[in-house]
Amino acid sequence: MPEYETHDFDVVVVGAGGAGLRAAIEASARGARTALVCKSLLGKAHTVMAEGGIAAAMGNVYPEDNWQVHFRDTMRGGKMLNNWRMAQLHAQEAPERVYELERWGALFDRTKDGLILQRPFGGHRYDRLAHVGDRTGLEMIRTLQQHAVHKGIDVFMECAISRLLKDGDRISGALGYWRESGRLILFRAKAVVLATGGVGRAFAVTSNSWEYTGDGHALAYWAGADLIDMEFVQFHPTGMVWPPSVRGILVTEGVRGDGGTLRNSEGERFMFRYIPEYFRVETAEAEEEADRWYEDKVNNRRTPDLLPRDEVARAINSEVKAGRGSPHGGVYLDIATRRPAEYIRRRLPSMFHQFKQLADVDITTTQMEVGPTMHYIMGGVRVDPDTAAATVPGLFAAGECAGGMHGANRLGGNSLSDLLVFGLRAGAGAAEYTNGLSNAPAVNAAEAEAIARDMLVPFERKGDESPYALQHQLQETMHNLVGIIRTEGELQRALVDIRELKERAERTGVEGNRQYNPGWHLAMDLRAMLSISEAIALAAIERKESRGAHTRDDYPETSRDWGRFNIAVRIGANGEPTIAREPLPEMPSELRALVEQEVKIGA
Amino acid sequence: MPEVAMKVFRGDSSGGEFVDYTVDADEGQVVLDVIHTIQATQASDLAVRWNCKAGKCGSCSAEVNGLPKLMCMTRVNSFRPGEPITVAPIKTFPLIKDLVTDVSFNYGVAKEIPAFRPRPPEADGRYRMMQEDIERGQEFRKCIECFLCQNVCHVIRDHPDNKPRFYGPRFFVRLAELEMHPLDTEDRTELIRKAAGIGMCNITKCCTEVCPEDIHITDNAIIPLKERVADRFYDPFRWIFGKLRA
Ligand SMILES: Cc1cc2nc3c(=O)[nH]c(=O)nc-3n(C[C@H](O)[C@H](O)[C@H](O)COP(=O)(O)OP(=O)(O)OC[C@H]3O[C@@H](n4cnc5c(N)ncnc54)[C@H](O)[C@@H]3O)c2cc1C
Ligand code: SF4
Ligand code: SF4
Ligand code: FES
Repeated sequence: MPEYETHDFDVVVVGAGGAGLRAAIEASARGARTALVCKSLLGKAHTVMAEGGIAAAMGNVYPEDNWQVHFRDTMRGGKMLNNWRMAQLHAQEAPERVYELERWGALFDRTKDGLILQRPFGGHRYDRLAHVGDRTGLEMIRTLQQHAVHKGIDVFMECAISRLLKDGDRISGALGYWRESGRLILFRAKAVVLATGGVGRAFAVTSNSWEYTGDGHALAYWAGADLIDMEFVQFHPTGMVWPPSVRGILVTEGVRGDGGTLRNSEGERFMFRYIPEYFRVETAEAEEEADRWYEDKVNNRRTPDLLPRDEVARAINSEVKAGRGSPHGGVYLDIATRRPAEYIRRRLPSMFHQFKQLADVDITTTQMEVGPTMHYIMGGVRVDPDTAAATVPGLFAAGECAGGMHGANRLGGNSLSDLLVFGLRAGAGAAEYTNGLSNAPAVNAAEAEAIARDMLVPFERKGDESPYALQHQLQETMHNLVGIIRTEGELQRALVDIRELKERAERTGVEGNRQYNPGWHLAMDLRAMLSISEAIALAAIERKESRGAHTRDDYPETSRDWGRFNIAVRIGANGEPTIAREPLPEMPSELRALVEQEVKIGA
Repeated sequence: MPEVAMKVFRGDSSGGEFVDYTVDADEGQVVLDVIHTIQATQASDLAVRWNCKAGKCGSCSAEVNGLPKLMCMTRVNSFRPGEPITVAPIKTFPLIKDLVTDVSFNYGVAKEIPAFRPRPPEADGRYRMMQEDIERGQEFRKCIECFLCQNVCHVIRDHPDNKPRFYGPRFFVRLAELEMHPLDTEDRTELIRKAAGIGMCNITKCCTEVCPEDIHITDNAIIPLKERVADRFYDPFRWIFGKLRA
């Protein structure tokens, strides 16, 4: 029988990015004995990579801004599929969460009056993103980490959770392993908060880090919780494309926010040809107006360079297909001819550095080559907006692994704010839930043992399948068949591939021992990636329309009927995925009025 | 595809050796890419830390041809073709396995530093700070905790027994950041002098040289801290005045 160590907590938070840290701080502040578990070292979570900023309608640059406008932008950006209540809470509470970071030591860039400066970003009506140059995520994670360190939270670093445990229908704990030693570890817990981020590592070209293997999505799904909106995968329009080894690394939207523009091989600012009807009234049709907009957002309409990401990614895709791409299959992003070198270096220091060091390109004199990269998953664990409770009692989720907030497409900057708003709510929700329990759930030893044995199986198999090769094949399948533009035939082929890979994954064997063994770690991550890839493909097959980030070549229209449903994926009685259409919650009329309001340009 | 010869340290706390690998390297690859290729094709259990592969998380520190580097920001073509590239774990911290070391020392120090304690906000509940007053602090907050500065500092690299008495350059940066934060009210001077052991630093600047974030650790953090400690020692009133004025 495999051995494991055991720990007892009220709340176990899985994930130490922005969402997990904020959740742990809150749960602990409310008196819950709290553990914070993360796969990497503390402070290395994906949040550290975020560049552009945190969206919050503080109105420091444009007093015209307020939560109602932010709410409207978010819902329209999400093509109205967002959970309205989440979008409302998010828009209302984000400013206070940003000020809270400042009280905890964050040093945001300032306005001339000494307030927190805000920058423009795609899909946001006004300058709205609080930021620190282009390293906002680092500021956020360090602030939260340094605050959390003094709060008596038990941190388990380089410790990965592999499965959740249940007592009847309630959560009772989680089982995982220490990466360093390979020893197994059992958490007995009354509540678990998932804050594990996304699933980019299932795609060949991605801006995401190795940790993004969909673990939280899969843990919830295996435990019987609903996932929603899984068909919505965001491709960021601007990833690096050359040299091959850096393909996918993000080029922040801040480049366009600060004046950069997209051009094709003919030098044309092609985005002016791709303004969709839906955003026409709020988008500049002429270059002059677009360029004036940077200085005066009240009297001018937004440059089409900053349309929501799904629109820009599709436009780039079309330009490349039409033969107007750059030599390495992207398009050009030009800030060099549009802003002084000194300004570029000050506003975008890590972009400057990144291109110089990795691509031998000086962005103050040369255009960048960019193309779409898998960046974010809108879909995730279905949660109650106010408490972040999943559909399984005792389970909570926040951040990228939760679904609903962003609908069919996320606006840039709305993730970092989402992490704080719903991280806090998940921590509070979990703490309150544990307070309300009359009897603690118990761990079923036989269940724990069976899972533990399953985790160690790859060592016993002298399997012929390498987890690295399987991951590589999965990445190719998802990239080629479940990418930006989708069709029924390709999605069905993807499903066949994924299921075959799932079978082969059952035969993976690993070399070496349990001590810090990346091959074994990947074999376990692969299970999550495969389950979640299957859920993405199934949801994408189900939604027979194009909306937001989900573009079907065979169903190019956005359909009113499909606009009434979210798609849920949940595990069936025999472990097979099942699909359901869930009607969207009814939006109160005063909020509906906000969303339907026409934008007025000029005072 | 050109081939590169690699010598990668394999082993654990009980010992180890450099192992030779020959790998195909694509154009533009960084050392971390080559390590990944070795993992995927020749040594699936080769242990290495990384997260972002973009120089932003500070996970992938190692000694490449003897130089402390982020593997994800070190281009293969920056070395002379034909000569093997040697990759070893950072030396100052105990080895766990292959390229992974036990950096828990740093997390312990982080805990000892008293938290940020802001002054009360202004009447409207906001804080106002001028950009020029926070720029120094922002320089320090660029730190990605790669611990390369800790790794090269001879005070702990050559004398591990100093570790309990010396926080190291990373944490001098952190302390300087707190001390120069316009809103902070905590007094850490005694800690800087005593527990942090700033007196043991003899300003060799090795830390500054390796910092991938170009933080001027010695000039901008350590020397002002040393001055502050000295001022305080000789003239406590001047120090308090300085703190109030900021
Ligand atoms: C390059 C880049 C730039 C971005 N810029 C912006 C931006 O400017 N603005 C914005 O709003 N958004 C931005 N985003 C998106 C945003 O950064 C992420 O969506 C967000 O940081 C996710 O945070 P999180 O708290 O949900 O998860 P993460 O920060 O990813 O943290 C996940 C945590 O879960 C842990 N974990 C995962 N699986 C397990 C497991 N099985 N067991 C234990 N622990 C586990 C990990 O170790 C990690 O600690 C950017 C994303 C990228 C890639
Ligand atoms: S300057 Fe001081 S802290 Fe930096 S390496 Fe030299 S002795 Fe160490
Ligand atoms: S100060 Fe520089 S070298 Fe030291 S840990 Fe921070 S980023 Fe790394
Ligand atoms: S992997 Fe993040 S700094 Fe190298």
